[in-house]
Amino acid sequence: MSQHASREVLIRYMDGRERTAIVREDEVPYPDGKLIVSRTDPNGIITHANQAFVDMSGYRRDELIGANHNILRHPDMPAAAFQGLWETIQNGAKWQGYVKNLCKDGRYYWVKATVIPNIRQGRLVGYTSVRRKPSRSRIREAEALYAGMMKEGRHAV
Amino acid sequence: MPFNFTVSPDFGPDHVSGWFYFNTWLQRQLGVDIHLELYDGFEQQRADIRAGKVDLIYANPYDASMLVRELGFQAVARPAARRDEAVIAVPADSAASCVEDLVPGMRLATTADPDVHTIGMIMLESADLDKTNIEQREYESYVLIAKALIRGEADAGFFLKQSYDELSELIRGRLRSLVSSQIGVVHHALLVGPRLAGRAGDLADLLMTMQDDPKGGYVLESMDIRGWERMSVEQTEFMIDLIDTLVD
Repeated sequence: MSQHASREVLIRYMDGRERTAIVREDEVPYPDGKLIVSRTDPNGIITHANQAFVDMSGYRRDELIGANHNILRHPDMPAAAFQGLWETIQNGAKWQGYVKNLCKDGRYYWVKATVIPNIRQGRLVGYTSVRRKPSRSRIREAEALYAGMMKEGRHAV
Repeated sequence: MPFNFTVSPDFGPDHVSGWFYFNTWLQRQLGVDIHLELYDGFEQQRADIRAGKVDLIYANPYDASMLVRELGFQAVARPAARRDEAVIAVPADSAASCVEDLVPGMRLATTADPDVHTIGMIMLESADLDKTNIEQREYESYVLIAKALIRGEADAGFFLKQSYDELSELIRGRLRSLVSSQIGVVHHALLVGPRLAGRAGDLADLLMTMQDDPKGGYVLESMDIRGWERMSVEQTEFMIDLIDTLVD
């Protein structure tokens, strides 16, 4: 069990829902060589999770399937970052960025995420998200960027 | 006019004859004339694919994207229990103990094998390394990459995991693996083009029982393939989506 302190944080989602989550200040190292892969339907509901996703998130696969992908959103992530993601992929383009994710037990892990729309016979059927190991320098840049965005008062995630 | 069959140029040199046996087996089973054309490099093969000269191809996952999305090919089968994974290796006496120990300016030995190179470059990202701050040199084979590392001509090299594992113990003993990918869903696939699409179902059915046929079993052994697994349209699309997330 982690020695780091934990705190309860109220997470407000953009659709008006909210939940209280435990947040711990210790990081789960990203495993070398692995990709975290998930797919969602067009509304962001998880339809596929690979084993690396299950292992890193701490959720069981049956807890992930059917859940909204924002189950992973860490309160340190500003809403504007995800707004940019959704605007990009809903326009049919690829989005790439650095994301701090929240594990079920309150710990966190950083990823470099790429999300693309899944088009079948001209129709959007969902999104694929693939996460890989980021460099420490990129994580530091993202931490500074997101902290600045949070100070601007965009607290809804 | 015979159909044209080709194989991704990243196949192991020990298995060339196996692909000719496979072609002979296929012709007899399907009752059609098929010409097998093997290429030394990817560029000429891609040019011929785009020129409509290919009807059947054992394609690497990177090219599968172009074949399916742009040229109307469909996946029929994939080799059983064989996934494409990459290894980053260094000389055994290298000071680097993990990828993050590799530094800008390092000399990378790689091949034209697109999926191994792509996966390898992704694994270098955690060290803030990319094509702008390393020296890359392309080699013809993984054995030549191993030799370059042993001779001190390169600091790190990309290998197809299967090829790395097949290096002789003598050579592998002078190398050290820093990281091996564990992606699990990227693999080669047998694809049919529009001219042969009408036989895709027959071909898939044949391949699923190939290992049960004595001659088929021998052919599979000579290609170093255990058997084939059927590939659905959605499985193919999923792999292509995943590859799309990995390329810039």
